[in-house]
Amino acid sequence: MILEVRDLSVRLGGSHILQGVTFDVPPAGVTALLGRNGVGKTTTLRAILGEVPATGAVEFGGEPVLGRATHKIVRSGLGYVPEDRCVFGGLTVAENLRLAVRGADPDYDTVHELFPELRARAGQRAGTLSGGQQQMVAIARVLLNRNRLLLVDEPTKGLAPAVVSAVAAVLGRVAEQVPILLVEQNLAVVRRLAAGAVVLEAGRVAWTGAASDLLGDAGRTRTLLGVGRS
Amino acid sequence: MSTVILLTLTGLGLAALYFLIASGLSLVFGLAGVLNFAHGLFLSVGAYATWWAAPRWGLAVAVPLGIAAGAATGALVEVVLIRPLYKRPTEQVLVTVGLSLAGVALLQSVWGADPRTYPRPAWAAQVTTIGSAQVPDDRFLLIGTAVAVLLALLLFLHKTRYGLVIRAGVENRDMVSALGIDVRRAFTLVFAIGGALAGTAGVLGGMYFGSVSPGQGASLLIFAFIVVVIGGLGSVTGSAVAAVVVGLLQQFVNYYGAAGAGDVSVVALLALVLLLRPSGLARTAVTA
Repeated sequence: MILEVRDLSVRLGGSHILQGVTFDVPPAGVTALLGRNGVGKTTTLRAILGEVPATGAVEFGGEPVLGRATHKIVRSGLGYVPEDRCVFGGLTVAENLRLAVRGADPDYDTVHELFPELRARAGQRAGTLSGGQQQMVAIARVLLNRNRLLLVDEPTKGLAPAVVSAVAAVLGRVAEQVPILLVEQNLAVVRRLAAGAVVLEAGRVAWTGAASDLLGDAGRTRTLLGVGRS
Repeated sequence: MSTVILLTLTGLGLAALYFLIASGLSLVFGLAGVLNFAHGLFLSVGAYATWWAAPRWGLAVAVPLGIAAGAATGALVEVVLIRPLYKRPTEQVLVTVGLSLAGVALLQSVWGADPRTYPRPAWAAQVTTIGSAQVPDDRFLLIGTAVAVLLALLLFLHKTRYGLVIRAGVENRDMVSALGIDVRRAFTLVFAIGGALAGTAGVLGGMYFGSVSPGQGASLLIFAFIVVVIGGLGSVTGSAVAAVVVGLLQQFVNYYGAAGAGDVSVVALLALVLLLRPSGLARTAVTA
């Protein structure tokens, strides 16, 4: 396993957000982290990254990372595409990408192959890009570096259907090279990309297994995710 | 006409001081989120270091020493006092206010509360005739230094890796960390830069006012805070524009209105900006 999460607990502002979350992420393919709004999916990613104080254990590539500084965890090969993109709006596209470069040999070839538009918009301020273009920047930032795992949080949120499909296609190609832990509300995207699924409910893991088993069972999908089969 | 020229250049000289203090203050708040009430202490340390060193080694050594003392104080305060308190903003404020008060008391205990005559180059004590106005040359020293510092800061912020990190960190420092960058190093760097700029302001302030006293930093800091808020937190260019507006407004209102009315007008301007444009002239916290 590339990532092993054991008994992860997070308390924030008096709320017990995560209450002993345990799951694994295999070293290939896409694992979906699912659940209704507010169950702790984003908090789980942020706890793995060291952005929120947490207890329990997280091993990344066999190394314990809980308690380490975020930048050190990321530098050990963990790429993060946050919810709402979080591009730097006052910086140009080129500056956003340059900022993300960690090593001496950034993979601009892959970035420009997957997102040729970013080359054309290199001098444009990222704050003036559309949501889809900003998502390209957010994904491109992690593709510049050699990562061993990507944490991708709701990459299709707020995007037009055509852009959702394009983003899903890119993530599918990326997943051929590096495993992804994907938080996603769009079950069509999950069905297209994910091999495994972990479902959270009220801060705990309610279900783990093959994504196809989850999404193929309408009753289970409705019970765990609060939606009908999509 | 000569009065207007003199008031304008004097106002711009004052604006230069405000800018030098406010730009560092603004970067520190914008990046690290620290409301640094001890910033005036960095100014005083720079001013007193130069005042102390000038008779011994001359201004050519004393001025860089004062600037370096301001930078070292800024970095030291960040590493020793602020770093353990990044997630405790209330304690940060208490520590910086306490440090500011303790710093003034320490300076008073060593060199007394009375103003001390400040050294300056002989040419800065002369005047230049512009139109019909006799303008003291120290005004040009202040204005020229502030313009050079503004250009150097913008070059640093836009052409270097650390400048990029600072500009990004002002927008979203958590995301900078999530890209694998140790943003705390940048915190120390902006404190050092802020300290160096405050130290520069301390030296130039001493030359401008002709003296230095322990409370000088704290009194200038009040107007620098106003400049930061008017200019927009985290914006160097915004600080420069706001400093010019505040400096000129203060000088002209003080001269043509009642004594002290200039200070009141600056506070009124602050209130107006907060009402009409709460994020300041720059609107968004970018360091351009």
